[in-house]
This record gives sequence, C-alpha cells and structure tokens, in this order.
Amino acid sequence: MSQELKNKNLRTRAKIIADIRAFFAARDVIEVETPLLSHGTITDPHIQAIPAFFKQDLSSEQITTVYLQTSPEYAMKRLLSEGIGSIYQICKAFRQGEKGKYHNPEFTMIEWYRVGFDHHDLMQEMDELLQAVIKTKPALKLSYAEMFEKYLGINPHKASEKELIQCAQKNKIDLASHLSDRDAWLSLLMSHCIEPKLGPEEPVFIYDFPASQAALAKIRSDKLASRFELYYKGIELANGFHELSDAKEQRKRFDADLAYRFENNLPVVPVDERLLTALEKGLPDCAGVALGIDRLIMLALSQEKIQAVLSFDFANA
Amino acid sequence: MASYTTNEIRGGMKVMIDNDPCLILENEFVKPGKGQAFNRIRFRNLKTGRVVERTYKSGDSIEAADVVDVEAQYLYNDGNHRHFMATESYEQYQMTETEVGEAGLWLKEQGECTLTLWNGTPLAVAPSIFVTLKIVETDPGVRGDTSGGGGKPAKLESGAVVRVPLFVQEGEVIKVDTRTGEYVSRVKE
Repeated sequence: MSQELKNKNLRTRAKIIADIRAFFAARDVIEVETPLLSHGTITDPHIQAIPAFFKQDLSSEQITTVYLQTSPEYAMKRLLSEGIGSIYQICKAFRQGEKGKYHNPEFTMIEWYRVGFDHHDLMQEMDELLQAVIKTKPALKLSYAEMFEKYLGINPHKASEKELIQCAQKNKIDLASHLSDRDAWLSLLMSHCIEPKLGPEEPVFIYDFPASQAALAKIRSDKLASRFELYYKGIELANGFHELSDAKEQRKRFDADLAYRFENNLPVVPVDERLLTALEKGLPDCAGVALGIDRLIMLALSQEKIQAVLSFDFANA
Repeated sequence: MASYTTNEIRGGMKVMIDNDPCLILENEFVKPGKGQAFNRIRFRNLKTGRVVERTYKSGDSIEAADVVDVEAQYLYNDGNHRHFMATESYEQYQMTETEVGEAGLWLKEQGECTLTLWNGTPLAVAPSIFVTLKIVETDPGVRGDTSGGGGKPAKLESGAVVRVPLFVQEGEVIKVDTRTGEYVSRVKE
C-alpha cells in the first residue's frame, strides 16, 4: 500500500478515535487508564496472554512473570467496584499467536462499562455510537438461536453434537482436526457458514449465547447467557456482557477454565485474585463491551486487511 | 520429516496431506474473540492438481513434504518419456507425457526448465517464463500490417499454438510468455 494512502488511513483513524472520545464526553462516561502489565491474567482457554518478565533487581536472576493484558476488563471492574461510575478506556490489548488479515497480536480496543445498563441497553448505546462515528444504518438484532435457525436451520441449544457434525458436513466443511466439544462445533459452523454473511448492509447484534459460552456474562434462569456480539460486513467487531457480579460463580468459571487448560496442555495461568476480591466487595449492576477499533476503522475505510489501518503492523513493528 | 504448526504455514510451503505432496496456497486464521480458533487452509495437491480447502484447529501440525524445485535442461523425447537433466547435479530424470502435461507444449531440446522433485522423483515440470521458439507453421500475413491487431495462429516447434501479429512469418523465431501463452516479440537469430 502506498504511503500516501496509509497516511490518509491514519488521519481517518485519528478522526474516528477523537469522535469516540467526544461521544463519551457528551454522555459523562469518563476515560480511565489501567495497567497493561498485570500479575494475574485471563483463564479463557481460547485466549492466550503474552507473558513478560520483570526483575526487581537488574543483577538478580530472580524474575517475576507478568502478563500483557488481553483486555482491560479485570482492572476496569475493580474500578467499578470502587464506585467510580460509568467508564471507558481506549487502549492496547495483546493476544498470543493471533496474526492474520483481521488479527494483529497487538491491537487497539475500546472497552466501556455502563452502570445500571443490561446488555440490551448497551447494544442500543453501541448502535448510537456506530451511527455517530462511522455513519452506519441502524443495527439489526438477532438472538443466537434465531441466527442459527435463519442461516443453518438448526437449533443451537437443542441440536446434538451428531446433528452439528452432520450440519458441518452438509455445508461442505472439510475438517481435518478432532473437535473435543459441542461448543467447538458451534464455533466452527458460526465462523465458516454464518459470520461471513452477517451484516452486509447494517451492523447486526447477536445476543443470548448458550450458557456454555457465557464467559463473564450473567446466566439467566432460562439458561441463556446475557452476552452479545456485534458483526458488520462479515466481521466480528465487539463482545459484551450484562456482567457477572457473583464472586463465587466467577471463581467456579475460572476453576473450570483452568481444569480445561490443564487437560489440554495449555498454560495454567495465575487467576486474577484482585478481581475476585473486587467482586466480593460488590460490582454494581452493569453492562460492558469491548470493540476492536482497528477493525472498525478498517471497515469504515473499506479496507480488507487490518494492517492497512495500523501505523506499523506486527511484521514491521 | 519436520512438521509445521498451522500458525507457521504460509503460501508456497509444501506439505504432506492425505499422503500426497501439496502446495499451500493460502492460510486464513479464523478466530472468534471467544471460542475455538481455526485455520482455513487452501492447497493444491501436486500429484492430482486438485485445489482443496480444509479447516484445521489452530495449533495442529502438518507434516512437511520433501519437495524441491531444481533448474534443469530438457534433453529429448524417446516416444515414451521426456528426459531431463538437473543443471547442477547432472542427475537425469524422466517423465511421461501425462506427468509433463501442458508444460510439454513449451519444451525445446536443450531449453531450460524447472523440475519439482518429491522424494527425488519429478512431480512436475515448468518451462521458463519466457521462451524463444521457431514458428513452424502459419498463414502468410498481409504485407504492410504492423499494428498487430487481430493476429493469426502460429504453430511453434515445441507444439504450442499462439496468436501472433499478421506480419510475423513462418520460420521466424519469437519470444512467448509461457504464463499466458502470449506472443511478446520477434527475436533476431
């Protein structure tokens, strides 16, 4: 890509980020900064943190492993539990091994939390943000179940693993690997058969995920997770939750993640105990979401690769 | 043989899939923010030529294939086989007409080419990008036409038929782009 075009993209990037800040300033959501390096890290088996090594004493052999954040979620929740109110942050996040045309191992995200919102309120606000900043049409909303029904004609909550496998075969997915669980099959179908078709005209919110894919969302009495994702032009842009605030339940999910990691030879990482302490203290009822800014800018500029909107991508960093 | 994990695989690498040597065309990393990551890998089976897209769980590995490209010279056709000699090692190789495929239309004795070897046996041959070949058959052109518009078919000594401008005559030597099969220029011998 020519430097001239790159410079033009970077100017648009600056404008979009400035517009996002103005959007939140007008709504009294305050900007915060939290540490990029942390002692604890994410347990989600599908997200790996990039470790770094800290030395108390430069001449000593003793090192402490710390982790570059994969998102600012835990630290922001700690601020929320201290009563700060609604907050946002624009920051770098880092993920091990994630490199591709829509992935750079170091990327920029905006994450925000709204006290007193549930996931539907937050989808509404996010839609307003997109319309204001990149001039999208009003977004559509589909539940996870409606989405599978619409694109594949199956019920993702009730279909057996065998039916999911048959569905993948019917849709000519040639899979070389063994998948160990039902959620992996859902993920396969979603990324191969559905995602590319989502949101060609207007952004689409997908909400109410299976409880087994709740991550840090509340699970309701109807066994659905109050989680949503945003897709636009076939690309995932955001993931949000009506946030889980139950410390005991949170510890249970962390433990389950670590057990899965142990069984699958993934790093068994230190849990963020400070987050759990904050949840015990009390997280206000809130919803939060993380949006990939690089992808948002990429789509606003009709670019096909994330590298087109980065000053220097990972290969050139 | 070594193996590559899905994250290491790039276009141009040669790997073993379904016991056949394959050329990687594209490797797309597909990863939802939350959930299983996959790599969608497009490859060409170097034995059958078939292009396939297959999905792997990220982190899985694929065995590398002992496939190398060597510079070679085309020697002759004995009626059953085409014979080649590697420029560096002087090692000789033979291939059937089927194995040679369309590349055969561009091969001239003593001409340069590239042999793709798998475990030491030739899988494919590729002619040089530009070859110079003599026209052995073409209709006489219209005198005075120098535009090149339209053109006419001309049969070359290697067997290929290309379109040439009307002013180009039988017996002349021309330069051809073998990637497109298009006439480039006349060559003074």
